[in-house]
Amino acid sequence: MIKRIKVGMASCGIAAGASEVKKFLQQNIDDENIEIIEVGCIGHCYAEPLVEVETEKTSIFFDQVEPTEEYLEKILSVDKNSAMTFRDERVSREKLKVTRLAGRIDPVSFDEYIEHGGYQSLEKARKMQPEEIIKEVKTSGLRGRGGGGFPTGLKWSFLAAKEAEKKILICNADEGDPGAFMDRSMMESVPHQVLEGMLIAALATGATELFIYARAEYPLAVKNINKAIDQIYEHKVNVFDDRVIDITVKEGAGAFVCGEETAMIHSLEGNRGNPRFRPPYPTDEGYKGYPTLINNVESFSNVPIVIKEGGKKYAELGTENSKGTKLFALAGDLKYAGLVEVPMGLTIGEVVYDIGGAQRGEVKAVQIGGPSGGCIPAEHFDVPIDYDSLESLGAIMGSGGLIVIGSNRCMVETARYFLEFTTKESCGKCTFCRIGTKRMLETLEKITKGEGSMDDIEFLEDLGPKVIEASLCGLGQTAPNPVLSTLRYFKDEYLAHVKDKHCPALQCNDLVDIFLDQETCIECRQCIKNCPVDAISDDFVVDNDICTRCNTCVEVCPVDAISRVKRGEKNG
Amino acid sequence: MQLLEPLEKDRSNLIKAIQMVQAEKGFISTQAIKEISDHFGIPVVEVEGVLSFYAQFKRSKPGKYKIAVCDGTACHIKGSSRVKNWLVEELKIDDGETTEDGLFSMETVACLGCCSLAPVVSINGKVYGNLNRKKLLKIIKDYKNRGDN
Ligand SMILES: Cc1cc2nc3c(=O)[nH]c(=O)nc-3n(C[C@H](O)[C@H](O)[C@H](O)COP(=O)(O)O)c2cc1C
Ligand code: FES
Repeated sequence: MIKRIKVGMASCGIAAGASEVKKFLQQNIDDENIEIIEVGCIGHCYAEPLVEVETEKTSIFFDQVEPTEEYLEKILSVDKNSAMTFRDERVSREKLKVTRLAGRIDPVSFDEYIEHGGYQSLEKARKMQPEEIIKEVKTSGLRGRGGGGFPTGLKWSFLAAKEAEKKILICNADEGDPGAFMDRSMMESVPHQVLEGMLIAALATGATELFIYARAEYPLAVKNINKAIDQIYEHKVNVFDDRVIDITVKEGAGAFVCGEETAMIHSLEGNRGNPRFRPPYPTDEGYKGYPTLINNVESFSNVPIVIKEGGKKYAELGTENSKGTKLFALAGDLKYAGLVEVPMGLTIGEVVYDIGGAQRGEVKAVQIGGPSGGCIPAEHFDVPIDYDSLESLGAIMGSGGLIVIGSNRCMVETARYFLEFTTKESCGKCTFCRIGTKRMLETLEKITKGEGSMDDIEFLEDLGPKVIEASLCGLGQTAPNPVLSTLRYFKDEYLAHVKDKHCPALQCNDLVDIFLDQETCIECRQCIKNCPVDAISDDFVVDNDICTRCNTCVEVCPVDAISRVKRGEKNG
Repeated sequence: MQLLEPLEKDRSNLIKAIQMVQAEKGFISTQAIKEISDHFGIPVVEVEGVLSFYAQFKRSKPGKYKIAVCDGTACHIKGSSRVKNWLVEELKIDDGETTEDGLFSMETVACLGCCSLAPVVSINGKVYGNLNRKKLLKIIKDYKNRGDN
């Protein structure tokens, strides 16, 4: 007997076609006893659209479901043979704590969150003294998941110690790191857990006005968290003995730097999001001058677990200085992209190869920590994931973006990409960040075009540390990292661009020709038909002066007769 | 502006106000800036200053179908620059421009949060993933042929 059918409808599911699947199921199942509901993301994004069928006894998942009779049949007959298999390589390494309920429950059902133990930690915290709560968080060793890794309990104690007419708490849901979606997924899938963490923090610190600063590109996350807030008000979860807690969602407006805490405060106040010098720290002087605490979505999502287990138990998982689990948004050149939650101390290799299913030998590096982070080459994949080990390799834990870079990608181009990003996003306040990143970008562009010299490489090595030194906020202080870390591990690629005018990965368009091998060609004319600029002649020769290197022909050729080659190598 | 009436005249609501106007009109006209500045009782330059800081705000009318090409890290690795070029060729517009018939506008954005389906684009907020040229051109064609254009 089927009880419920759950369709994964987080952004990733919807993008893969989950809405159509849900509609189809609703139209074609006319059994009133079967409830069809929307849930969030279980993290296996590669398998979307995902449907879970719950019976009295068990539940099974179906992956890559299509809105067809065939799948309907499988679902209704709870066909175990067609069920999705959860690979042991992944299951045995993951540790689902923060995301335990993600994709399992209806994100906007208050009752369901309660049924699964929701708000029990808040209840427990209500019976504790604020100092006791803070002590548990300190004991847990929880460190900020937004990138900085600052001890959460310690930060709370700063705010708690403040005497003020009003104290503010902000949840940083700006998730600006391109290629990261942990916070989005949590807000879409279990918004109440984020709110529970925030309310516990309010209890511990005495804050009464709570904000969630959410990224503009996350409409579903904003929608779900707003619904959850309405439910909190309705059930008076936000009413404490002596005070009522206000929670408001504020939407960002598309500026990466607003993820930085002082910039975020300016933005919340209705100003340009320029960061300012610290001290004073926000816990001393924050939003509208009031003492303000800022934590990340994932940090808050950990709090109910800390309180439930107790700090000591929580600290059993992880390494010496990094406790608990970390969420990673795993994407790029691998088989099983998605959201993973692993205990601190697992190695990068385990995440990339075992969980992500990337092929050994086909991976060059991972990029961790986004524009502020660095690249870790495959030789170092045995490094454990913890704050300190990653830093010793010139990378950072960051907020959780983990992009796998295949052997066919150019590292100079990857560095150029991040510099372009930070150059665009620099607020312009500090000279070195505004102009220094720009000069670095121009130099990288020169190199990827084959116009670079050895002086340019030296220039990058010289300017990078200066930008770090002379910038006020984390944006400029970390912007050169992607360049410096690729220079550290992949200098040979820089040298190839500069000395041989060659892109070893054959990615930089200016250093590549398109070559059609007439021996292999079967004259099907697909390339000619599809070429947008008519660069291929009727006798199957590519005119590289006209060609834009768009790669369309390489992709459409059924016999792989067309390839990218070193410029000038094949065509004279 | 009537739209803004319910909004408390506190400076911290300025960004919200601009967002509301943009949601309603699709962009922020010079006239709208004036009205927003009146609402909050702050100079026009203050509004302009804030508005120009944030990438979300548009000063010119976007197309009926707003295409956002994701150039986040995952999409970049998976060839977002090609995706963009396919659109440039097909629609004859560049980043930030609108087609002559007013149907499509295009901009690149950093990460739509669907990195596992890279490369992705979104059209009026609906995300399309795992794109190749054929798939993308078909999607564009479907929008072009919509009955209500
Ligand atoms: C340029 C820049 C961007 C940042 N973006 C984010 C972000 O998107 N999300 C986030 O949680 N923290 C971000 N941070 C870090 C925050 O400033 C702050 O350290 C963090 O929100 C504190 O929360 P935590 O201690 O819970 O990590 C950013 C910092 C800088 C310098
Ligand atoms: S990088 Fe494109 S969706 Fe994240």
